[in-house]
Amino acid sequence: MSITTMLSGRAAQTPAAPATDIALDLRGVQKTYDTPGRPEVEAIRHLDFQIRRGELVCVVGPSGAGKTTLLRSIAGLLDVTAGEVVLDGKAVTGPPEGMAVVFQEYGRSLFPWMTVRQNIELPLKEKGIPKAERQEKIDRALKEVSLTEAAEQHPWQLSGGMQQRVAIARAIAFEPSVLLMDEPFAAVDAQTRAELEDLVRSLWKHLGVTVLFVTHDIDEAVYLGERVIVLSNRPTVLMEDVKVDLPAERDQLTTRSDRRFGELRGHVYELIQRAKRGDRPDAPQPEGAGF
Amino acid sequence: MTTLLKRAFMLLGLPIILVAAWWFASAGSTSPFWPPLSTILEAFPTTWTMDRIVGDVFPSLARLGIGFALAVLVGIVAGTAIGLSPTLRALAEPVLEFFRAVPPPVLVPIIALFAGYTGWLGKIVTIALGCLWPILLNTVEGVRGLEPVLGDTAKSYQLSRWRRLLFVVLPGASPRIFTGARQALSIGVILMVISELFGANRGLGAAIVQFQRSFAIPQMWTGIILLGLIGVLLAAIFKVVENRMLAWYVGQRQIERGV
Ligand SMILES: Nc1ncnc2c1ncn2[C@@H]1O[C@H](COP(=O)(O)OP(=O)(O)OP(=O)(O)O)[C@@H](O)[C@H]1O
Ligand SMILES: [Mg+2]
Repeated sequence: MSITTMLSGRAAQTPAAPATDIALDLRGVQKTYDTPGRPEVEAIRHLDFQIRRGELVCVVGPSGAGKTTLLRSIAGLLDVTAGEVVLDGKAVTGPPEGMAVVFQEYGRSLFPWMTVRQNIELPLKEKGIPKAERQEKIDRALKEVSLTEAAEQHPWQLSGGMQQRVAIARAIAFEPSVLLMDEPFAAVDAQTRAELEDLVRSLWKHLGVTVLFVTHDIDEAVYLGERVIVLSNRPTVLMEDVKVDLPAERDQLTTRSDRRFGELRGHVYELIQRAKRGDRPDAPQPEGAGF
Repeated sequence: MTTLLKRAFMLLGLPIILVAAWWFASAGSTSPFWPPLSTILEAFPTTWTMDRIVGDVFPSLARLGIGFALAVLVGIVAGTAIGLSPTLRALAEPVLEFFRAVPPPVLVPIIALFAGYTGWLGKIVTIALGCLWPILLNTVEGVRGLEPVLGDTAKSYQLSRWRRLLFVVLPGASPRIFTGARQALSIGVILMVISELFGANRGLGAAIVQFQRSFAIPQMWTGIILLGLIGVLLAAIFKVVENRMLAWYVGQRQIERGV
């Protein structure tokens, strides 16, 4: 299977992972939307891949490829049609503990009746963190996303990019063990975007959190990820699991001008172009879907 | 300053014009049923003495308050339950549609049969039942209409049932709940009066009927004016509470509309 070869490819640098080191395991995941009164949509045909604990993996794919569908299945918000999502050895049947999700519809994921501070505080309250410590975590998270002055404002008083940063601050203050992000930087300006990318890298390094990062930006995927999972067009299968063999220390200037960065970027770009044209690897047909 | 004047004029302009029109139109009236406004206003202080206010107005308002509060409580609790549970909704929908179609005043004689004509119970039940439906139905819609991404956010952060209810579901439904409560309040005022028309010896509605029956026509008119003033006052109090609790909603709407 292609995944094993990809993993063994990286084994030259990192020692081969023991099985218990797997945080997230997708086993033959298939998802067909079957909304009554609407035609069926086969969003994901077959996905099989693993993410090790503490890994940062990016997912790219053409629009409508089922990236959000994939993320929501992992988050336990959507039932898969076939196969299973296994997190820390347990099949996901509902939202798992210790997971934070930054939704693509960031603006609509913030509670408009709460201030920015209250939005970040609510999940911390649920965790039973004492008040003083909560405030400290909130202040730190807001500082990370440079939103300290907006703490007492309501989300709808902020710009789109600021709202997106609030959603990110809420996720990082939560200190999850798995962080799922769905195109989290789509609405921020280039400068903030670069800062937030570095923030994700540094948080990931310091907290040891497992990150699955969906993006449509190829440069971003290569810059951030240790691996880039490229999806085909719908119904989705894995195009390629690209290992990013760039040094662990990355910065916007040197990494992006690295020759290897350019090669990887070109490779992923090529894959996406092929995916858009409908060029796709053969994958197991879903049961009973004969043509 | 000029904007303040303008607002005061907008607020009071039409009432002043209408009162003036009434004043002049009725000035020379000799019809016993249509006394001059000046006569009505003269009768006002002697009619609504402290004694009457305590004995008639307060009991009526107390019944309205209790009935309305009960309706709010039951309406929000039941409405939230129905809104959250598809099974409950499927069961309750036909019943709700039926009761919604029944005009509330029709309830008065029926309830009076069971709870008596003169006591407080029948009147409170009448008011509460009449107020219940708009609150209940609006709460159901408000709960169902919650932004799905907010629901997903609450779920993925593992918020407990109670936190989800108190911090997500109810605030999300609150604009609709207020819409229902506003409709309920006007229905409540109507039922407060109607519930006293059939049989009651004390109360604002009962007093108006007694004036009419004893041909104390100017006094009857003062009762109607008082009723109107109470309606305005209640609406103003409601507005203050709404503006406080829905400040986020008003602000959000204004920004969306680009004000
Ligand atoms: N609730 C739903 N019911 C039916 N079809 C759906 C539903 N949600 C998504 N789809 C379909 O599934 C496919 C994948 O959607 P998805 O949102 O996962 O794509 P995506 O890769 O996240 O796209 P984008 O890059 O635009 O965010 C699309 O064809 C979409 O129309
Ligand atoms: Mg998406």
